[in-house]
Amino acid sequence: MRRFLPLALLLAGPAFAQTALPPAPYADRQLEDPALEAKAAALMHTIRCLTCQSQSIADSNASMASDMRSEIRERIKKGEDPEHIRAWLIERYGDWISYQPTAEPILWPLWAAPLLLLGAGGALAFGRIRRRRSARP
Amino acid sequence: MIAEAGLAALWLAALLAGAQLLFAWAAVARGNEDARRLIRPIAVAQGVLTGLAMALLITLFLRSDMSVYLVAANSHSMKPFIYKFAGAWGNHEGSMLLWVAVMSVAGAAVALFERGLDQRTHFATLGAQAAISLGFYAFLLFASNPFARLNPPVPDGQGLNPLLQDPGLAFHPPTLYLGYVGLSVAFSFAVGALLTRQVNARFARAVRPWVLAAWILLTFGITAGSYWAYYELGWGGWWFWDPVENASLMPWLAATALLHSASVLAARDALRAWTVMLSVVAFAMSMIGTFLVRSGILTSVHAFAVDPTRGSFILILLGLYIGGALALFALRAHTVNEGARFDPVSREAMLVVNNLLLCVILGLVLIGTLYPLLTEMMGVRVSVGPPYFNTIIGPITLALMMVLVVGPMLRWRRDDPKALLRHVTPSAVLAVLAPSAVLILSSRAVGWLPALGLAAAAAVAVASFAPLWKRNLLRTPLFTYGMVIAHFGCAVSLAGMASESAFSSEKLAAARPGDKYEIAGMTVTLDDVLPYAGPNWTAMQATMTVRKDGRVLAVAHPQARFFSDPPTPTTESVQVTRWNGQLYLVLGDALEDGRWQLRIWWKPFVTFIWLGGGLIGLGGALALVGRVLRERRTRLSRRAVPA
Amino acid sequence: MKLRLLLLWVPLIGYLVFLFVASIGLIREQQTVVQSRMIGKPMPAIDLPAASSTKPALSTRQMADGKPRLLNIFASWCVPCAAEAPQLTQLAQRGVRIDAVAIRDAQGDVDAFLARHGDPFQRIGLDARSTLQFYLGSSGVPETFVVDGKGIIRYQHIGYIGPQDIETILEKLREAERS
Repeated sequence: MRRFLPLALLLAGPAFAQTALPPAPYADRQLEDPALEAKAAALMHTIRCLTCQSQSIADSNASMASDMRSEIRERIKKGEDPEHIRAWLIERYGDWISYQPTAEPILWPLWAAPLLLLGAGGALAFGRIRRRRSARP
Repeated sequence: MIAEAGLAALWLAALLAGAQLLFAWAAVARGNEDARRLIRPIAVAQGVLTGLAMALLITLFLRSDMSVYLVAANSHSMKPFIYKFAGAWGNHEGSMLLWVAVMSVAGAAVALFERGLDQRTHFATLGAQAAISLGFYAFLLFASNPFARLNPPVPDGQGLNPLLQDPGLAFHPPTLYLGYVGLSVAFSFAVGALLTRQVNARFARAVRPWVLAAWILLTFGITAGSYWAYYELGWGGWWFWDPVENASLMPWLAATALLHSASVLAARDALRAWTVMLSVVAFAMSMIGTFLVRSGILTSVHAFAVDPTRGSFILILLGLYIGGALALFALRAHTVNEGARFDPVSREAMLVVNNLLLCVILGLVLIGTLYPLLTEMMGVRVSVGPPYFNTIIGPITLALMMVLVVGPMLRWRRDDPKALLRHVTPSAVLAVLAPSAVLILSSRAVGWLPALGLAAAAAVAVASFAPLWKRNLLRTPLFTYGMVIAHFGCAVSLAGMASESAFSSEKLAAARPGDKYEIAGMTVTLDDVLPYAGPNWTAMQATMTVRKDGRVLAVAHPQARFFSDPPTPTTESVQVTRWNGQLYLVLGDALEDGRWQLRIWWKPFVTFIWLGGGLIGLGGALALVGRVLRERRTRLSRRAVPA
Repeated sequence: MKLRLLLLWVPLIGYLVFLFVASIGLIREQQTVVQSRMIGKPMPAIDLPAASSTKPALSTRQMADGKPRLLNIFASWCVPCAAEAPQLTQLAQRGVRIDAVAIRDAQGDVDAFLARHGDPFQRIGLDARSTLQFYLGSSGVPETFVVDGKGIIRYQHIGYIGPQDIETILEKLREAERS
């Protein structure tokens, strides 16, 4: 079974070979309206590429990433709200696909972290500075 | 033969490290005379031997000796010379050997050149350094042998990753390693000083040059790495908060805080416990970074070939050394008394706030990097990336900049709040005027964070020169100039970041030869796309002409390259650099009907990011030279005065 | 003073927590695949053109016909898809109904693939732009979904179906039938 493992792993994972078909229409074409394109670009930079190591779909050459870019641009062109698209993707792939942390409870510590650290550190620093003053000569 | 010699040198060095540790204990705890005499030569011998081992590994790569497993797996006889040379550390085992070599050479340097410490602390430091080295020797010899043989040897190697075949490879890792491992010296100093209970101003003055040296190298290494990723990966991004990038940033943040804390301790004999703690944290971050990158527990574009067993080894070392140091700190630090007093409005207080903010940023980067791991333990997969980090860390960095504006202008121990206002006014005025002018003249909507970034950059740019105000410039010490330039570099870098974030524009195009595109007042024409061959690759090369007002500014040749060994496609982007920014040109895939995908960016003042980084490093170098010269002068003058 | 003494231990304790988290991270296997979140949700209603010249086009509404079936996501350019063809043929022979979607493919290539590796499918849809994949929460090829008689997605098998996976899939199909 152990010897099987490397081969099995190779076959078990989804294939990342590239297709021969041309890219989708809006994969690498910007929307005509610059404001809409800006919205789309902002969204694309925060959606994670499914088949890459750790990149946004805006930064990736993979065919799934470029299909997703086209899908997003077309939806924004039709007037869909970026956050609605993000929610749609999260509904299908989970929080993993969005680099932008959502308001999910599991992510609250991430948002609490700066406040906690600043508070704790501030208390330490404040105590240090104040102690200097009240210490006897 | 060479491989065996290298391995033998490593074993010998490991034995010497063990001896060094024993002698250090004998010298410090027992006052043994022989130990005291021998410990320094042993440290030097250890450094020489590991340096030799590294040199031998490089020799094996240069000769393309395919009977050595590492060379066969990572090199190729057709590789250009410099990439064979740099390929020696472009893999896990070779880079671990580099780590160990730098650590023992640094230890040898401490043995040879450190004059500022009292003897017992010096020996304790060498002992601590030996103790850390032992763990890494064990890791290298038992789990990552770089000199393992391949029997039978293969005719030729599997080649180096084409993405790493770049001048950046020659420069970026060794610089970073010198930085990471240089921090081990500060760690050893701290452990030594805790053991001999000598945490004081003298300790701070002794450790400061070592911290500076490591910090300068880290600064250059990170700056170079960021620029390398920018032009090599072809996406125009310069920082992605990738775990490996964070692994290099965290030691740098800790080292910056340590540097400032050591300065306070040296000048005013305050912040003793903080300085020792930061010394431990800085090296801990180096080790944690190494662990994250090599263990495979986090996904990253940059990751080395990963192996959980190696990760476990490093984790054990981490537990031993950092856990040990933190336990020592908890036990001994209460005997370290507080040091001199200072007021809330004083330079010391500002430096405390400065260190606090740096440590908060450090903590946030650490938490953000590890968070996906935590949630996965609970069965949920999340991604933490630039949207989180930029949003959280941006404002704190702005607060840090405000401290930078105010801090250097305050006096030690106590200053007058009203005088402070007077000092700060010029910077504040510029901070409001300059960005407002820029924003009014610009035609786009700018986010609040980049706008504040520009304001902060303007303020810091002015405030960084304040220490030179009303001073005899010829009699100002070199290290003050260093500080000024380093702080000014922060402003330059921040201005570049804010400008790129706010004012970049991008054009995607499906172009035929002859098509023109307008961007930022320039015209970019695709002239043609033709095949082109290089030493170990073939490519489709585009010729693009950049014109402004009819004049030709540049002719660029971005390529879509294909390497054969191992088969890998890469993009070679081209940057056309002007005084006010860069044009970033990328040739993409061929489309049907003879058209080519093009990406064109205009990034205003993006070069300031790395220019600023370079200035920060340069300022540090000036400060280092200034301090070393000052220490030497002080020591010589003390000797000249009759006792 | 007491507080300060206690505070000195905080770094060590925090560090031990980090070591604990890191150890767990090492012990657990790295999850490299992205699971679909559509398990338990209805199949999206999508119509795809025919991918092959021999089989009808796929309209996902047709999948809710009372009996569970498999939906196989494949492509002619995908190597593991070719490797799992024997297993799919075996499943078809045991009475499992299989529909398929060809991702980013062309009719000629699909026909050639089916001719070489066998054709256990009832209907094959052509998804030229990965659209159905996005709707399903699928992240690559090959993947196979178990869909019950009411059109609800019940199970996702990511990657190649090996001989050892056949029983699991049959079991999931039986579960889908029971509900």
